Amino acid sequence: MILDLAAQGVQMFLVLALAPMLTGLVRRVKARLLRRRGPPLLQPYRDLLRLMRKDAVLAENASWLFRVTPYLVFAATWVAAALVPTFATGLMFNWSSDLIAIISLLGSARFFLALAGMDVGTSFGGIGSSREVMIATLAEPAMIMIVFTLALIAGSTQLSTIAGFTLSAAVGLRVSLGLALVGLVIVAIAENARIPVDNPSTHLELTMVHEAMVLEYSARHLAMVELAAMLKLLLYISLIACVFLPWGLAPEGSGKVAYLIGGATYLLKLTVGGVLLAFFETSVAKMRVFRVPEFLGAALMLGLLAMLLRFVSRSL
Amino acid sequence: MLIAVASLLGLAVLAVAIARRARGGLIIYAGSLILSLVLLALALRHLTLAGFKPVDMVLPLGLPWLGTHFRLDALSAFFLSVIDLGAAAASLYGMGYGRHEHEPGRVLPFFPAFLAGMNLVVLASDAFTFLVSWEFMSIASWALVMAHHRQTENVRAGYVYVVMASFGTLCLLLAFGLLAGPHGGYAFEAIRAGRGGRNAALILALALLGAGSKAGLAPLHVWLPLAHPAAPSHVSALMSGVMTKVAVYGFVRITFDLLGQPNWWSSMVVLALGGATAMLGVLTALVQRDLKRLLAYSTVENIGIIFIGLGLAMAFQANGMVAAAALALTAAFFHVFNHSLFKSLLFFGAGAVQAATGERDMERMGGLIHPMKLTAFVFLAGAMAISALPPLNGFVSEWLSLQAILLGPDLPQWGLKLMVPAIGAVLAFSTALAAACFVTAFGITFLGRPRSRAAETAHETDRFSLTAMFALATLCLLAGILPGFVIDALAPVTASLVGGRMPVQAGASWLSIVPIEASRSSYNGLLIFLFIAASAAIGVVAIHRFASRRVRRSAAWDCGFPDPSPITQYSAGSFVQPIRRVYGKVAFRAVETVDMPPPGSLRPAVFSMVLRDIVWETLYAPIAKGVDRVSGVVNRVQFLTIRRYLGLVFAALVFLLLVLATWQ
Repeated sequence: MILDLAAQGVQMFLVLALAPMLTGLVRRVKARLLRRRGPPLLQPYRDLLRLMRKDAVLAENASWLFRVTPYLVFAATWVAAALVPTFATGLMFNWSSDLIAIISLLGSARFFLALAGMDVGTSFGGIGSSREVMIATLAEPAMIMIVFTLALIAGSTQLSTIAGFTLSAAVGLRVSLGLALVGLVIVAIAENARIPVDNPSTHLELTMVHEAMVLEYSARHLAMVELAAMLKLLLYISLIACVFLPWGLAPEGSGKVAYLIGGATYLLKLTVGGVLLAFFETSVAKMRVFRVPEFLGAALMLGLLAMLLRFVSRSL
Repeated sequence: MLIAVASLLGLAVLAVAIARRARGGLIIYAGSLILSLVLLALALRHLTLAGFKPVDMVLPLGLPWLGTHFRLDALSAFFLSVIDLGAAAASLYGMGYGRHEHEPGRVLPFFPAFLAGMNLVVLASDAFTFLVSWEFMSIASWALVMAHHRQTENVRAGYVYVVMASFGTLCLLLAFGLLAGPHGGYAFEAIRAGRGGRNAALILALALLGAGSKAGLAPLHVWLPLAHPAAPSHVSALMSGVMTKVAVYGFVRITFDLLGQPNWWSSMVVLALGGATAMLGVLTALVQRDLKRLLAYSTVENIGIIFIGLGLAMAFQANGMVAAAALALTAAFFHVFNHSLFKSLLFFGAGAVQAATGERDMERMGGLIHPMKLTAFVFLAGAMAISALPPLNGFVSEWLSLQAILLGPDLPQWGLKLMVPAIGAVLAFSTALAAACFVTAFGITFLGRPRSRAAETAHETDRFSLTAMFALATLCLLAGILPGFVIDALAPVTASLVGGRMPVQAGASWLSIVPIEASRSSYNGLLIFLFIAASAAIGVVAIHRFASRRVRRSAAWDCGFPDPSPITQYSAGSFVQPIRRVYGKVAFRAVETVDMPPPGSLRPAVFSMVLRDIVWETLYAPIAKGVDRVSGVVNRVQFLTIRRYLGLVFAALVFLLLVLATWQ
């Protein structure tokens, strides 16, 4: 009981502690690929601390919703990230929400962030929210369909059970799993506002979705929003790792050694995921906003196809 | 219970007398509130009591050889509680909102009558009483739609409504005629005894047309977005949140109870219609500017979701998968309950906004979160709930529906195997689009800068309305974090309809819900809610304690280009423009044209957009045109001589006799 609770607590603070590091890693690798030196790995932590210490500047007509949103977005994303198995499955509260609920928690966060973008009543906030909402109407169904595929293969929407199933011999090579993986990667890129859907490092009008939404935020509010974005990136990489590469995950009720192995492999997976993301981002160009539906439409079709395959045949 | 309903009718009569008095409205609404609370308590007692037996009652009224049958079973008890919960909230809201009414005499008498009508439909246990109550409910609500009869659009809404309502009742009449069979056993008891072997397909089609037209099932939904916004807001809430549920009740009563075991292909029809309704409803809701019309289209969408649940239940039931059928039916009924809560709440909020600004057009609002803090808060709760966001209640019913869809591969028929995943996709789409829709609705109405003088000078609504809205918002939260109790209360309903129930949830650890088994899926709204609250609190406390808590106000940053005019903000139309561009070409055949003058020309640039209502154009416009043409031809018959009329009568007589002769 105590160990279970401790493991859950460790997981909760582990994701919080690692998230800025992951973002730092991606930035660093991207810079190196562009032959720049790049900021140190710990720079995101410093940025967050600096932001938190500053005075918050609010627009004159910002409402209570604007001030509450960063904390809600942060809390919802943190809870969601803490519920995805990272180094061990079957943690104490893993069952309190399945994959569908985790996706919807992220949906709640996005709902509030989109509203906050509209709160001050500037055209930049509006453009960001409007585009974000449009992307979400495609990404969320795609994600749900991928979840369906996984759930139909593993017979469960619980992440721990799905991970256990992938580890078992029953999984084999399946077409639908492959389709789901590609779809999930596309959704993850769109949801995290990465290139080619959005560019996280610009403030120019034409490229921005997420950055435009949070344009009016400053200081501690901005820190919360940024931290939530970092947590979301970590969440998606953990999710892909947990479902498709669950090796090393400590099963339920295992000892400290298994937890340590799980932690080490998790760090390895995060590093690989971050480096791959950086490679991908440097090798493609940002696309126009109205090309994004086609990009996400691909994920949607892959998800639908994978789900149909599962309905039609049990072995594909 | 019947006494309470009768008192509602009495209240309606009383209302005619005292409508003109200064405090008449308060008395009538307070009376309705008390009576609906009494009815609610009775219904809930029946629903939650362990060893509950259906109660029958026959009154010597109505048709002499039939009498008037009433029956309270688990299904009607559930729908009674939905109706009377909504009715109580609307009455409470009406106590405050009714003061804005210019002609209370046009609303007050019909309000309790409408409530009584809805209660009677659910209690009725023979076809005659059912249809009379149904028609009574329709007419009372029609009168309420026509309360502001001086506006031409309301007259059109009332006209379309009354035509569609008569069509629906006609279909139900025929359905009951077929159900009763040649011997005319119109009591539900007799119908149930003699079920099977009749023309089930035709009855189902008629029930879909009849109940579906009242519920707002596509393509019979056209009256709904016209009529619901036209009524005063508390009546809109009742019509959208509650009356559509009475229609769902009618459909469930006929298909699950009276008709007996469904066919698997009939579930395909219900699923297809439900899916089409959900998509059409939410896409049309997205492009609305009128807040109440947006809510009405969203009702269409939610009816679609409910019918998807019902269709799934039929599919599972037809294949003998009792547990899965119980899950799908519970999801549908849970959504019935949820939708009655949050849609009433949202209409109340829209009513408060309308009372404060005199506007329904979102593009003349904005910034209302400042003058109307509390209304904004509860409207936000309602918007979150309807967008199926955890930890509120909308998410739970959506989650249950998705879990039911995941049981789809076990269905043996190929048609269903292909249909169910498509429906799953539709469900996912409609949820995501609903969230987009309510971001627009809340954001444009309550956030940003005021777009008109009225929005600037708005003020908070009255206490009665706020109490009603807060009560509903609290229920939304409670049903979201403690869904197990609702599911357990629904168990007798599903047990009586499909012969099975979901596992008992009350015993699950930490009050989570487990539809099938814990290793398969589980959800715990309470823990999620507590976790979010705790982590948000940790964030706030840590930062305010150890970092900074100071706040400075200044002008908006807006990337250095703040624009002083509020019309440069995003409007409802521009906010959904990206979505319209993605989906609109298919859904509305949207055409956007930009007329940009050449350099040097002083002509203004013009942007125009055409959205077309495909259902109206392809289905209703031809019918209307056809009726017009036929009536033009038949009109000539009006001016014949007496000889010709007699000739016509004779010819008709001969024709009918011939028909009779060939028939036998």
